[in-house]
Amino acid sequence: MKLDLLYFAWVRERIGLDGETRDLAAHTVGEALTALSALGDGYASAFAEPHRLRFALDQDFVDADAALREGAELAIFPPVTGG
Amino acid sequence: MITVRVQTEAFDLGAETHALSDGRTDIGAVASFVGLVRGGEIEAMTLEHYPAMTAKALKAIAVEAAERWPLLGGTVIHRHGRLLPGDPIVLVAIAAAHRGDAFAACAFIMDYLKTGAPFWKKEETGGESRWVDARAEDEAARDRWR
Repeated sequence: MKLDLLYFAWVRERIGLDGETRDLAAHTVGEALTALSALGDGYASAFAEPHRLRFALDQDFVDADAALREGAELAIFPPVTGG
Repeated sequence: MITVRVQTEAFDLGAETHALSDGRTDIGAVASFVGLVRGGEIEAMTLEHYPAMTAKALKAIAVEAAERWPLLGGTVIHRHGRLLPGDPIVLVAIAAAHRGDAFAACAFIMDYLKTGAPFWKKEETGGESRWVDARAEDEAARDRWR
């Protein structure tokens, strides 16, 4: 599944990228995290505590069990702290 | 009907509330909230956001407020970038015929914005910086509207 990935806040810092396009063997958000975690220490560190992560698929909040679709924009980030 | 802006520049509360009510006689109340960078140990704060999602999320919150209360206009402004203690971060100004609707919609938008708009704060203290953790109280404040 080809995905446009975006990372924000400490997720971005731990991975060392603000975004990338990747083809992952994944059909859900959770499976994408597992596939990414295998890519290196930065990813593994960023995704070590799944309860501290939030996700948006094409700019809408989703849960980890949400289904991916080809070419989607998947953003991974900590709980928001604006306002 | 509720205008949403995401910007680095400062804003002026007086100008924004005046713009809502100027030339109108149907508005009986404008309620506003301005959030500021709290000082103390914090020397500066940088707000990161997700540009493609931010305006969309704020507009969705504004639309829900307009469905819940009879509103006559509103403005939501959220800043990003590096801010200093005392700087304004966020503005919500809501116009309605009566104060109850204006107060409630203003509080609702802030409570939803805190947990549903993709912004992240990084604080600078003593030459070091750290990401601010989300607070359970903010989720509780949002959930009281459900």
